[in-house]
Amino acid sequence: MAHAASHHDHDHGHHDQEELKTFGFWIFLMTDCILFATLFATFVVLRLNTSGGPTAEELFSMPGIIAETFILLTSSFTSGLAVLSMQKGDKKGLIGWLIVTLALGIAFVTMEITEFVHMVHEGATISTSGFLSSFFTLVGAHGLHVSIGIVWMIALVLQLARRGITSVTKRKVTIISLYWHFLDVVWIFVFTVVYLMGVM
Amino acid sequence: MAHSHAVKRYSGLMDWLTTVDHKKIGILYFLAGGIFFLIGGLEALLIRIQLMFPDNQIFIGGTYNQILTMHGTTMIFLAAMPLLFGFMNAIVPLQIGARDVAFPFLNSLGFWLFVFGGLLLNLSWFLGGAPDAGWTAYAPLSSDTSLRGVDFYAMGLQIAGLGTLIGGINFLVTIINMRAPGMTFMRMPMFTWTSFVTSVLILFAFPAVTVGLVELTFDRLFDGNFFNVSKGGNEVLWEHIFWIFGHPEVYILILPAFGIISEVVSTFSRKRLFGYSSMVFATLLIGFLSFMVWVHHMFTTGLGPVANGIFAVATMAIAVPTGIKIFNWLFTMWGGQIIFNSSNLWAIAFIPTFVMGGMTGVMLAVPPADFQYHDSYFVVAHFHYVIVGGLIFGIFSGFYYWWPKMFGRMLHEGLGQLNFWTFMIGFHLTFFPQHFLGLMGMPRRVFTYETGVQLEMGNMASSIGAFLMGIGTIAFVLNIIITALKPKNAPADPWDGRSLEWSIPSPAPEYNFKQTPLVRGLDAFWKEKRAGNKEMTPAEPIGSIHMPSPTILPFFMSVGLFIAGFGFMYAKYDFENGLLATLFGNHIIAIIGLVITFLCMFLRSVYDDHGWHIEPEELEDKGVKA
Repeated sequence: MAHAASHHDHDHGHHDQEELKTFGFWIFLMTDCILFATLFATFVVLRLNTSGGPTAEELFSMPGIIAETFILLTSSFTSGLAVLSMQKGDKKGLIGWLIVTLALGIAFVTMEITEFVHMVHEGATISTSGFLSSFFTLVGAHGLHVSIGIVWMIALVLQLARRGITSVTKRKVTIISLYWHFLDVVWIFVFTVVYLMGVM
Repeated sequence: MAHSHAVKRYSGLMDWLTTVDHKKIGILYFLAGGIFFLIGGLEALLIRIQLMFPDNQIFIGGTYNQILTMHGTTMIFLAAMPLLFGFMNAIVPLQIGARDVAFPFLNSLGFWLFVFGGLLLNLSWFLGGAPDAGWTAYAPLSSDTSLRGVDFYAMGLQIAGLGTLIGGINFLVTIINMRAPGMTFMRMPMFTWTSFVTSVLILFAFPAVTVGLVELTFDRLFDGNFFNVSKGGNEVLWEHIFWIFGHPEVYILILPAFGIISEVVSTFSRKRLFGYSSMVFATLLIGFLSFMVWVHHMFTTGLGPVANGIFAVATMAIAVPTGIKIFNWLFTMWGGQIIFNSSNLWAIAFIPTFVMGGMTGVMLAVPPADFQYHDSYFVVAHFHYVIVGGLIFGIFSGFYYWWPKMFGRMLHEGLGQLNFWTFMIGFHLTFFPQHFLGLMGMPRRVFTYETGVQLEMGNMASSIGAFLMGIGTIAFVLNIIITALKPKNAPADPWDGRSLEWSIPSPAPEYNFKQTPLVRGLDAFWKEKRAGNKEMTPAEPIGSIHMPSPTILPFFMSVGLFIAGFGFMYAKYDFENGLLATLFGNHIIAIIGLVITFLCMFLRSVYDDHGWHIEPEELEDKGVKA
C-alpha cells in the first residue's frame, strides 16, 4: 500500500496519525449507520402497532417538522462552508460558520424537544405503545447524536480560537463535519420513514 | 527530529492501569479473560454436579437458571472474546511489522470497558441474583422485571460491547494502514487475516446488539413496549436482532481460532500453509455468509417454509468454505515433518473435533430435522463441539505457541501434555454423550431428569468428563505459575517460525521493531532465513521512535459508565435509606457517572498527546540482537 510505503519519515508521525484518525472515524460512521439501520428496522416493524394510543397521523404536525428539516439541511450546508473557510486558512470564517452551524443545530434540538414535550403532554409517551417506544428511541437517538455534536462543536470552537488552524484542529473539524453531514443524511431517512410515511 | 518530551513513566500497578502498549493490554486481556474463564468453568461444573444424578436437588429452579445463564454469557462475552482480543493485541501488530496499533488510547479504553462491563454483570450474584433468561435473553422471559438479574445483563453487556466495538475499529484501521513496507494483503499471515475479517464482523454485528440491549433496557427500566405484545410490541423482533448479531458473533469467535491453527499447523509441519489464497478466500466467504444465516436459530419460531428453506441452504453453504479450510490444514500436514508438542497437539486435535461440530451443524441446518433437535442436548453438544473443540482448543494451542513471544518464557512441555490429554479426553467424555442424550429427548436448560428414562449413564459420563476438563485447566494454571517462576530465557525464535513476530527478541521490546522490516514475501521471516539471512532486512535507518504516552483516562471513562449503569438500574429501586433513594431516584448517580465519562473525553480532546521518543542511543543499549 502506498500508505505503508510512505511511512518512512516516521518522526513527523503526527500527520500520519491525523489521517489514521479520519479513516477510523469513517469506520465508526459505518457502525453508526448499522445502529440507525437497526433502529429503523425496529420502527418499521412496530410503526402501525399503536395499541389503541395515538397514531402517527394524529400526532405529527408537519409544518414544524418541515421547518426542522430545513434548519438541519441548512446547518449541513454551513458546516460545509466552515470546512471551505478552513481550507482557505481563514480562521475567522471557519469559527463564524461553525457558530452559525451551532445556532442552527441548537434551534433544531430545541424544536425537537418542544415537539417531544408537547407529545408527552398529550399522553403520548414511550410506554403508550410499541409504535411510540420505537418512535422516541429512533428520533431520540438522532436528537442525542445532534446534541453530542453540538457540545463537541463548542469544544472545537474554543480550541480553534486558542490554537488556530493546525494539523490537529484541521482533522477535528474534518471529522465533525463528516459527523454532521452523516446526521443530516440520517435525518432525511427519519423525515421520510417516520414523518412522511406516518402522515400519508 | 530529536525533540523528546518529558513524559511520566509509571511503574507497578499504575503502569498496568495507564498502559497503552498493545502487548501489555494483550496480557491484561488474558488475565481478565482467564479469570472469567475460570468463573464460567466453575459455573459449568455446578451445572454438571446438578445433572450428575436424576432428581438431584442441589441447584434447582431459579438458581439453576442463573447458573446456566451466567455460564453461557460469561464464556462467550467475558472469556472467549477477551482471550481472542488478547491474542490480537499481543500478536497482530508484530505479525504486520508495526510498532503499535493505530489507536493505542482507544485500545486501552476498549479493554477497560470490557472489564467494567464484566464486573457489573458478575456483581449481580451479590445484588439480588444473576440474569436468569438464558444467554439469548429471549423476550418476554427477559422482560419480566420481578427479578433484577437481566438489568445487569443488559447494562453489563452494553458496556462490554462498546469496548469490543472500539477494539474492532482499532484493529481494522491497524491492519489496513500500519503494515510494514512490502506486507501486501496477500502476504499477511493467516492469523492477521482472520483477525481482520473478525474485526469487520464485529463492526457490522455489534451495533445490532447495542440497539437490542437498549430496547431491552428501555422495556425493563422505562416501561417501553418493544417486546411487550399487550401494548403493540413484538417478541420475535428480539430474536431477529439478537441473532443477526449472535450468529456473526460465533464466527467472530471461531475465525481467529482458525488463524491460530493455520499458523501452528504450518510451523510444526515445517511447510508453508497449503492453499494460502484459498484459505483467505474461505475466510472472507465465511465472514460474508455469517450474516446470511441467522434465521437457522429460529426455525421453530414459525417464519414459514420459504424463510426456513432459504436460510437452511445458506447455512449448509458455509460447510463449503469450512471444508476448504479443513482440507488445507490436512494437506499442510501431509508430507510435513510434524512435531507433536503441546501446541501442535491442540491444533491436530482441533481438526477432527471441529469437523464433528460442523457435521452436527449441517444436521441442525435441515429445518424438519431441527424441529426434533431444537432445544435438546443435541444442540448443546453441537455448539460445545464448535466453541470448546474449536475455539478453546485454538486458544490453548495459541498459548503454547506464542507464550515465549509474549512472556519470554517457555511453558513446561510435560504439564502441557497433561493439560492437553486430560482436557481433550474430558471434553469428548463430556459432550459426546450429550448428542445421544439430546436425541433421547433430554431438553436443554432444564435442571433435572427422571430416573428410569435411560438418561443416567450419559449424564454421569458427562459430569465425569467435566471434572476431567477441570483437572486439565488446573494443570494449565499450574503450568503458568511454574513458568512464571523460571528465568526469562526463551529464545527469539524457538519454533523456527515463519512470520515477523519471530524475528524480534522474546518478549518483544516495547517499540517492537528497532527498524521497520522490509517484507519480501509470504512467510516473510522464513523466506529471509532460507536466503541465509539471520534477520529481516530493515526498511529504514535507525532513528528515534515515537511512542504514545500512558494515560489513566480510559480507566476513568469506563468507571464513569460503570457508575452510570448502576444509577440507571437502581433508579426505581425501593431503598430503605432516604439518601440513597434521593441519589438514585433522581438519576443523580447516573448523571455523575456520565459526567465523569464526558469530562474524561473533554480532557482527552483539549490536551493533545504529543507522546515521547525513544532515542537511537537507548535502542543501542537495549538492542538485543535477534
